[in-house]
Amino acid sequence: MTSGTSGTSGSTVKLAVVSAGIGEPSSTRLLADRLAEATRLAPAGQGSGDSDSNGHGAEFQVETEVLELRELASEIAHTFVTGFPGGALRSALETVREADGLIAVTPVFSASYSGLFKSFFDVVGMTDEDALRAKPVLLGATGGSPRHSLVLEHAMRPLFAYLRAVTVPTAVYAATDDWAAPDDGVTPSLPRRIARAGGEFAGLLTPGRFPAGAQEDEVVPFEQQLAALRPND
Amino acid sequence: MTATATTPLQFGLFSVGDVTPDPTTGRTPTEHERIKAILTIARKAEEVGLDVFATGEHHNPPFVPSSPTTMLGHIAARTENLILSTATTLITTNDPVKIAEDFAMLQHVADGRVDVMMGRGNTGPVYPWFGQDIRQGIPLAIENYALLRRLWTEDVVDWQGRFRTPLQGFTSTPRPLDGVPPFVWHGSIRSPEIAEQAAYYGDGFFANNIFWPKGHFKKLINLYRDRFEHYGHGTREQALVGLGGQVFMRRNSQDAVREFRPYFDNAPVYGHGPTLEEFTSETPLTVGSPQEVIEKTLTFRESFGDYQRQLFLMDHAGLPLKTVLEQIDMLGEEVVPVLRKEMAAGRPAGTAEAPTHAARVAAAQAAAARADEKGEATV
Repeated sequence: MTSGTSGTSGSTVKLAVVSAGIGEPSSTRLLADRLAEATRLAPAGQGSGDSDSNGHGAEFQVETEVLELRELASEIAHTFVTGFPGGALRSALETVREADGLIAVTPVFSASYSGLFKSFFDVVGMTDEDALRAKPVLLGATGGSPRHSLVLEHAMRPLFAYLRAVTVPTAVYAATDDWAAPDDGVTPSLPRRIARAGGEFAGLLTPGRFPAGAQEDEVVPFEQQLAALRPND
Repeated sequence: MTATATTPLQFGLFSVGDVTPDPTTGRTPTEHERIKAILTIARKAEEVGLDVFATGEHHNPPFVPSSPTTMLGHIAARTENLILSTATTLITTNDPVKIAEDFAMLQHVADGRVDVMMGRGNTGPVYPWFGQDIRQGIPLAIENYALLRRLWTEDVVDWQGRFRTPLQGFTSTPRPLDGVPPFVWHGSIRSPEIAEQAAYYGDGFFANNIFWPKGHFKKLINLYRDRFEHYGHGTREQALVGLGGQVFMRRNSQDAVREFRPYFDNAPVYGHGPTLEEFTSETPLTVGSPQEVIEKTLTFRESFGDYQRQLFLMDHAGLPLKTVLEQIDMLGEEVVPVLRKEMAAGRPAGTAEAPTHAARVAAAQAAAARADEKGEATV
């Protein structure tokens, strides 16, 4: 787990960056880092930009915490057996819950997100069904071939729609070739897609929107529960 | 120990009643062997000086205890002092009329050595087996329990609700022993609604903390204590809390770990998941020497406050009867006497005593006497 703060002024936006990459180094992690960087560099007030510009500084600072799911893999699996998340996983879940925005990047496996990626978000939903409610989420996926790119729209978006997150309009798919392809000025190159996604994402972020410790059990007073059962006569 | 003596903290066993193959031999006991083993275990609990034996209620394999009061009635006849309880009685799918009758009857048979723990069960399919609708789980628990209380406290009941036919001029028999119904615990693993229900009625709250980390149960128990005080049943410290525990002991810590590991690794609830070491660091499970069990159990009061009932799970995951009986011997001879002493020391004045029938009868009589005096004074 790594974290860093950058930016110049204003309040701080907390970003959780979830990478389900399994290699070391991992192109999934690289895409996740590039998306976080693009968010940080997005020009102030930008909501839909298509900009290549760098270094404007946002109205807020960006604090990122990266969650590498490979480090949590066995705790994620154990959660399905025991029903409760272990210590490191608990703190990762808290990071996700309290983040102002989430960047979620997975490699493509068998026409979808990886099983590890899905399992992590299963645990997110199991432990707190509101953990992602109304939270801006920027999606990314990586694969060996450009032919898997619709995994973003056909697998990832429905998952996050189900979890009631707000997905950023631009999601970024990076095939192996994309990392080397020059900008031909016609098809949007990977760096341009990353910048556009970061700009759209930055426009959706509000510092402090999901405060820490907000998850408390609310109890309906017992009289109310009893009253609901009284026959009407 | 007698049923009339007061105890600050009761110790006992709770059995899930699973029929599980012994992973070291591959042999599965028959239902008959397992049922007889549970009865032997309960008698052993009394023999070594424990206070309580509680059985689960399940209606699907691999579990056998579908008829708790039948088993507890037998145990009542073979014991003198042991309090007989459940963990848990399904308040959702049992007819409250039948619960009222069965447990009042058990009170008479056992001379008051009876209490009961309400729960909603752990499996959805049980609802239709008893003609109930799973979508109504919580409302069923609320309505059935409200009716059960009336059946125990009012001699003649007129009642109408949502989930069963109305009652007109109904008297549940026998009436509770000495006019005092069995003490009720509400068991829960995760629901704050159940903590709220227990607090509302001033009943006990049993947090079955054996499978999950303690942070979760701290919140549930604090909620129960706060609400108990809110509803005017006494201070937070007077609230009645029960906890679970799970132990495997040998004189030598390494021997305990070596012997228990195959049972842990293949246990029905958490097997094939985390390692024994991970699980012991996250949950109350202790595998080690009696001294280690004492030390870990003593941390419970620091986490949850002084409490009234401690139940241990000892007889699951295919452990042979002989081993279980050895475990209960160690628990009764080496662990519980030390825990009784340590837990009594430094227990704040004003902490509730563990509930017994005798104490509850005395309290009811005192309350009636006070009511009489008041009545005379106003005449």
